[in-house]
Amino acid sequence: MKILTPTFLTYVKVLLIVAVVPAIVGFVIVLAERRIMGFMQVRLGPNRVGPKGTLQGLADLLKLVTKEDVTPARAEKFVHFLAPVLAVIPALTALAVIPMGPSIRLARHVSTPLWVADINIGLLFLLAITSIGVYGIILGGWASNNKYSMLGGLRSAAQLVSYEVPMGLSLVAVLLMTRSLSLVEIVMRQDRMQLWFVFPGLLSFFLYFVSGVAETNRNPFDLPEAESELVSGFNTEYSGVKFAFFFLGEYAAMIIISCVAVTVFFGGWLPPFGHVKALSFLHIVPPFLWFLAKVGFFIFCYIWFRSTFPRYRFDQLMALGWKWMIPLSLVNIVIVALAILWTPGRTDGLVRLGWLFGALFLLMFFLAKLRQALARRDRLASEPAGTRQSALKA
Amino acid sequence: MKVQATDWLLLSPELFLTAAGMILLASSVFVGKAKEELFGFLSVLMLGITGVLLVFVSTMPERAHGPILGGMFVVDNFALFFKFLVLLAMVLTVLASVRFVGEAPYPGGEYYALVVFSGVGMFFMASGSNLISIYVALELMALASYVLAGYFKGEIKSTEAALKYFILGAFSSAVLLYGLSLVYGLGGKMGLADLARLYTGTQRTNAIALGILMILAGLLFKIAAVPFHLWTPDVYEGSPTPVTAFFSVGPKVAAYAIFARIFYVAFPKFQADWGLIVALVAAATMIWGNLAALLQTNVKRMFAYSSIAHAGYALLGVLGFQTKFGMWGVLVYLLAYTLMNFGAFALIIFLEAKGYAAESVSDFDGLAKRNMPAAVVMLLFLLSLAGIPPTAGFIGKYYLFTAAMDAGYAWLAIIAVLASAVSLFYYFRIAAAMFFTDGVSAKIPVSYALTAAVIICAVGTLVIGVAPESVLDVLHRCVPSKY
Amino acid sequence: MGAAEAAGSALLTGVAGWLFVGFALLILGTAIAVVWSKNPVHSALFLLASFLLVACVFILEEAEFVGAVQILVYAGGIMVLFLFVIMLVHQRTAAGTPAFQHQWDIALLLLPVFLIPFLYILGTEKFTDIARNPDAFRAVAGRVIGNTEAVSWLMFRDYLLPFEVASVFLLVAMIGAVVLGKRSFEKVD
Repeated sequence: MKILTPTFLTYVKVLLIVAVVPAIVGFVIVLAERRIMGFMQVRLGPNRVGPKGTLQGLADLLKLVTKEDVTPARAEKFVHFLAPVLAVIPALTALAVIPMGPSIRLARHVSTPLWVADINIGLLFLLAITSIGVYGIILGGWASNNKYSMLGGLRSAAQLVSYEVPMGLSLVAVLLMTRSLSLVEIVMRQDRMQLWFVFPGLLSFFLYFVSGVAETNRNPFDLPEAESELVSGFNTEYSGVKFAFFFLGEYAAMIIISCVAVTVFFGGWLPPFGHVKALSFLHIVPPFLWFLAKVGFFIFCYIWFRSTFPRYRFDQLMALGWKWMIPLSLVNIVIVALAILWTPGRTDGLVRLGWLFGALFLLMFFLAKLRQALARRDRLASEPAGTRQSALKA
Repeated sequence: MKVQATDWLLLSPELFLTAAGMILLASSVFVGKAKEELFGFLSVLMLGITGVLLVFVSTMPERAHGPILGGMFVVDNFALFFKFLVLLAMVLTVLASVRFVGEAPYPGGEYYALVVFSGVGMFFMASGSNLISIYVALELMALASYVLAGYFKGEIKSTEAALKYFILGAFSSAVLLYGLSLVYGLGGKMGLADLARLYTGTQRTNAIALGILMILAGLLFKIAAVPFHLWTPDVYEGSPTPVTAFFSVGPKVAAYAIFARIFYVAFPKFQADWGLIVALVAAATMIWGNLAALLQTNVKRMFAYSSIAHAGYALLGVLGFQTKFGMWGVLVYLLAYTLMNFGAFALIIFLEAKGYAAESVSDFDGLAKRNMPAAVVMLLFLLSLAGIPPTAGFIGKYYLFTAAMDAGYAWLAIIAVLASAVSLFYYFRIAAAMFFTDGVSAKIPVSYALTAAVIICAVGTLVIGVAPESVLDVLHRCVPSKY
Repeated sequence: MGAAEAAGSALLTGVAGWLFVGFALLILGTAIAVVWSKNPVHSALFLLASFLLVACVFILEEAEFVGAVQILVYAGGIMVLFLFVIMLVHQRTAAGTPAFQHQWDIALLLLPVFLIPFLYILGTEKFTDIARNPDAFRAVAGRVIGNTEAVSWLMFRDYLLPFEVASVFLLVAMIGAVVLGKRSFEKVD
């Protein structure tokens, strides 16, 4: 098997990523999103094309490809063309460093790891490359020569720059635990420490994922394409394949955010509690499937948020980012650094930090519940029972 | 490199000054515009404490151990002299600003904070013993200065001044940085002492000389020497007058500190390369600065050209760095210049009260009748600037001209004397306006802070002029060590 | 020194050498295009391309950390804000104005006066081998570690003071931006 050289295999893996990810987006995620949202909103969702609507992706693809490619009259032609490309390429490039599983054997003496490249600066590379993705949106908005597109682009620029900061800072706190930027090393370390970083990094994870949702312009942070205000935001003037590229870019970015969340916080391809004897049967499931399942869960969260949360107002968005997320992430760095400093070379500090964060989380959860209950009681007390009933009926 | 406990003490003035800037900034949240003088007094208090810390640092024996923090920071007498001088300039600026900024519709807290941060940059410049730390400190000072120049943003001239200062300052920084990168790229070293060891004179190549010349050009921009002076009149004219006064002393003095240190410590062996250029620049600066000042009717522009000319005189001392009076003369002159030049600007600020501008020379008409002490003090500063005994300016010029003669630049000393003679004309135009012309007889409101600044300057100018021995003796010990 | 020198020069010969030349020419080209473009957004885009190419050169020189930071900070942060501001203030009518003022002919005359001596001096210079250490960006005190670690050792140990002064510098930049950018201060009497 001379042909299966590492270089050749790398090319194969690159091709697989570039070919398979769009397919997954088109056929699985979009369909899942529409069906799940249908379920949550007590309606059916697409169920006509193919058995139970499974071929809906194909139909959408055909529709987009055969549509006329419209470029507005006074648009910047080249930039208008460049923007969707810039939206997709960084997202697909970033997938190169995501480790999706340990080495697998392809043939005798030939095995290959399930990542394209394990580079020294993996996490930083991811942040850097995904930060390029914003240009697609800004330039698309600008080049369309349309007020709504422009507003969408500007909103997006402000939003992405604001939320990149807490995202980076939340990962800095985790880096103090991982001691490496290489994503493979991060997973290995979680294996060795028998501890997923989500426990000591609960706050980091929360900050990371919220910023991640904002970075991908998804609900409740989808202001750049707020339908009720901006028609369709930055992509108003896009149709056909160019629109499909924006679409693909958004979903690929979601995948990236989920992959990084899984790799950094949830042990990558490791099974949950793999070191507990009673749960050793979990090792039967191949690591790659664990990875896929975890990523799938986060994609589901995205969809869940979309059908649950109302959209933020722009000033609320900025206030949340600058007045809460960034200070919180700075505090988080200090807390984690102190925990590591006081118990050097051991995982005790991190475990204790995990308990601390867990307790805080529970406390806050119950406080929120309590506040909710109190508010509800006050509301019920202040309103006569009759009006409430009639309001419900109306 | 390991940070020692004493390193923190050696750094304490800088650390405290940075903290002071942040305190001023934070306190401006709580103090309204109406009680803005509070910032002035708070700033003076902080600067006083910094002065005490500087005195404390000057008594520490650990200073003698050479640069700390990996060769980045040196606390020799030379650095301490410049820090005291910068501190003096800052105190004077704050005192001169209290009424001026208080009357203007702009926030005060940030103003004083920026003055203080600019001072932090100057402190680090004075102590920098590595090209990178010097450069970063220089940029810190410059950035705060750009903002200060445009602080009165409602006035179009102030904005123009900020823009011109920023663009030309950034350009000169780029030239400087290119020079630094050449010097670093060729030798792989950025410490001044390392560079001096590396280039003992034998390994001279054209590329190193090119790098040094570009550093020279960048620094000459900062001290506003001809032909790199074009930004000066516009910036000095447009900036708020206390800021102009600050620019004319603070950044210039700090730029001289790094200029002298870089060329004295790191590149003394290259004098053949930079000596003649600096001499020509000095000549051009003195001649053009004084001639152009003759033609000005705007007082701030006149003093801008005057300060250009004075930068030229001080270059004589840098040229004669190997002689006894070279560096010594620079120090004496910069001290004298700070006092007399700031004093003159303080008088301009004094006249520039509400509804009364000290724009043209005619605004000084009949000052003697309106306020005799002010006129007399102004005359003192003008005499000192012209270099007439018994004032500080005379002592400074005497040292510099002697240094130039000793170093073999007799032609330059002659030009300097002639240029000084020319300067008499425009200085005495103001004097004549004050004493021999009738002007409006509006009453000038007195600000105690400003009066304090004027008194400090006047006393300093006179003391150095009349009894120079004590000061000269101290300054002689501040000539840079080669460490 | 022989082996190290050979390894050092191997860094920029062969494919890597040609790549370096290619990137360098592209950087120059995009940098000229920044000045040449009449449309400020196009200028910003060329500047972005230039930053990305500089990052490529860093990565080529095995300074991956610096390359990634270059992309993250310059391309991902600063240029986005640049574009943001340009788009906010940009009027399309401004696109018709010439990119150069009237001094351009003087500048063209002065160009060779500076360029020729520069090229001559730098072309004839015999550069020493100090910078040609292949591990220059990965080693600290002779021990080879990653580029990220090497940079952090340098930054937080050897160059701590400039690093901290730079942080004050950024604070001042922020104060300045707020002071100058804020709407006019209402006078409280």
